[in-house]
Amino acid sequence: MNSEKQQRLRQALEHWEQDCHIQDMPPAKDDLGEPLKVVYTPLDTAGGDYLERIGLPGQYPFTRGVYPAMYRVRPWAMRLYSGFGTAEDTNRRWKFLLEQGNHGVACAFDLPTQMGLDSDDPLAEDEVGRLGVSIDTLADMELLYDQLPLESLITSFNINAPAAVILAMYVAVGRKRGLEPAQLGGTLSNDMLCEFVSRGMWVLGVEGALKLTIDIVEYCTRHMPKFYPFNIRGIIMREAGASMVQEAGFAFANALGYIEKALERGLSVDQFAPRISFFFSTGTQIFEEVARYRAARRLWARLMKERLGAVKPASMLFRFTGTVGGSFYRAQEPMNNLIRGAYGLLANILGGAQGMLHPAMDEPFAIPTEETARLALRTQQICAYETGVCKTVDPLGGSYFVEALTDKLENEIEGVLHEVDSQGGAARAIESGYMQRAIAAEAYRTAQEEKDGGRVVVGVNKFVDPNIERPKLQVHRHDPAAAQRQVERLEAVRAQRDVDGVQKSLDRLRRGAEAGENLIPILVEAVSAYATLGEIMNALRDIYGAYQEPVVI
Amino acid sequence: MHRKLRILMAKPGLDGHDRGAKVIARTFRDAGMEVIYTGLHQSPEQIVTAALQEDVDVVALSILSGAHMSICRKVINGLAQSDAGDVVVIVGGTILDQDVPALQQMGVARVFVPGTPLEAGIDFLREKFGPERVD
Repeated sequence: MNSEKQQRLRQALEHWEQDCHIQDMPPAKDDLGEPLKVVYTPLDTAGGDYLERIGLPGQYPFTRGVYPAMYRVRPWAMRLYSGFGTAEDTNRRWKFLLEQGNHGVACAFDLPTQMGLDSDDPLAEDEVGRLGVSIDTLADMELLYDQLPLESLITSFNINAPAAVILAMYVAVGRKRGLEPAQLGGTLSNDMLCEFVSRGMWVLGVEGALKLTIDIVEYCTRHMPKFYPFNIRGIIMREAGASMVQEAGFAFANALGYIEKALERGLSVDQFAPRISFFFSTGTQIFEEVARYRAARRLWARLMKERLGAVKPASMLFRFTGTVGGSFYRAQEPMNNLIRGAYGLLANILGGAQGMLHPAMDEPFAIPTEETARLALRTQQICAYETGVCKTVDPLGGSYFVEALTDKLENEIEGVLHEVDSQGGAARAIESGYMQRAIAAEAYRTAQEEKDGGRVVVGVNKFVDPNIERPKLQVHRHDPAAAQRQVERLEAVRAQRDVDGVQKSLDRLRRGAEAGENLIPILVEAVSAYATLGEIMNALRDIYGAYQEPVVI
Repeated sequence: MHRKLRILMAKPGLDGHDRGAKVIARTFRDAGMEVIYTGLHQSPEQIVTAALQEDVDVVALSILSGAHMSICRKVINGLAQSDAGDVVVIVGGTILDQDVPALQQMGVARVFVPGTPLEAGIDFLREKFGPERVD
């Protein structure tokens, strides 16, 4: 727009504001609590060159999408986060989900497994198989993949502290079936920093944990070209209360922390950056979420190119799995979560997600039943195939509002990143409790906002109908017998294995850890000798030390 | 002068979802009570020990793993065995309505199920101990 036209628009806008008393209109705030204009115009998007700032899909800076034709080629990968009980229980559920049309599986591990504890550890009591599948030894992993095609099935493993051990087990199962590591695909979350910030599934101290993270990255870079060695989890922090800007800023800071460590290891950025992916939470503020994902794509591309010197375009892509965070769902009138979920899903798609794990409506109560899991998949399928949103790439691009918001959110995410940089990077900002405090403060702010009614949740703080009874949901109940079966199998494995071989493999692991070797090949041997997850993590803790939580509220 | 309530906010077991615990802890603190937060991964024994050392009036447990039955039982029994059976135990988290009667029977003073408003905890404490010890 030339300056004469801009001038005319500016005048028209001023007149309109006066004539229509725009200042007296009810105010509106964005999700961060900052004011939004009543309307956005070309004046809000006039700065900057289209090709430089927005461009075309699949081209730098990737604002409009990471691939040229996006969902025209294929819709996002639909997976359901799933796992419970023993490996047999989960294997049966996975087969059901795949028959229903899921594109792969996203493995949920129970808390003892995520904490590197064996099922018979006293600390694991009551938790075995409760929130995910229990994995103690390679024997469990073999059963988990029984009659499933390892060479074509894509699994995403939600596991951080013991990620190296789970990867070793996966490689070992493949080897037993005659598959090379290079033939195996999948994704490992392998994001320890987010656990230190938010969800607490930690074992080793920060330095030791990062050593294992980078061992995985290095091993996969050299031997597993189809495997995504880390998936940076903003969602864990968002679910703990982070704002959408903090989620992106802290996740990027954590990712940069890993990248710097991998570079120190002697890898070059273009060797591994094409396989960095992200996992973010999406709320129901549709336009803001879409703008945030556009901003994240542009900022990440710029960081990779300008800050880290990446040359390959594939290294610059912000690829993400998006999911409506479970914390956006409510216990009151749980059917309403289906609608919340569908809108959040729409934001994900308009935001350009590569994959989705859509939560089931009973998320506030328990892990899903088969029926609610099917509804979660159907929601995605209806959106993909009936609504027409897949026909054109980035349909909201060019909206004055969305473009202005994209610019604003990019600045704000970068601001969060600079703050972490000024504290010495992600690891330092976590050890000092900085990220944890910032997130707790935001969680408190939004909780107060909801209490005061400024943040509307239908059926919770507005349009509450006291006559609606709490529903009797058929929810998934934990099966204590499954825990018993799991402990029995662990005992049986312990009784049958070659004890000397296990000891030798664990000694070898300790020596390797002390010598600073890449531990993945050593772990493959240890799990193949049927050393347990707990034994392995204890051996590593002996060398690397345990994490001490900085307790903050 | 009434002593303000002292509350131990505790995260038992392996579950690390501490958003609720931290928000409630701040809500109690802002209302004027003294709050001690344990941090994550506390065993029932550690929680009982902390409750005794800190001489608290209330132990607030936050449990989102579903393992609330056995954890609450162990904390309540542990307090009773330490002559601290008068400490009021409350619990919140992902707890199904059908589990509430059994929790109350074992001695949990109040169960906060999903969907409880933020102020419900403070309202309960006012009712139980009198407003002068809360605000």
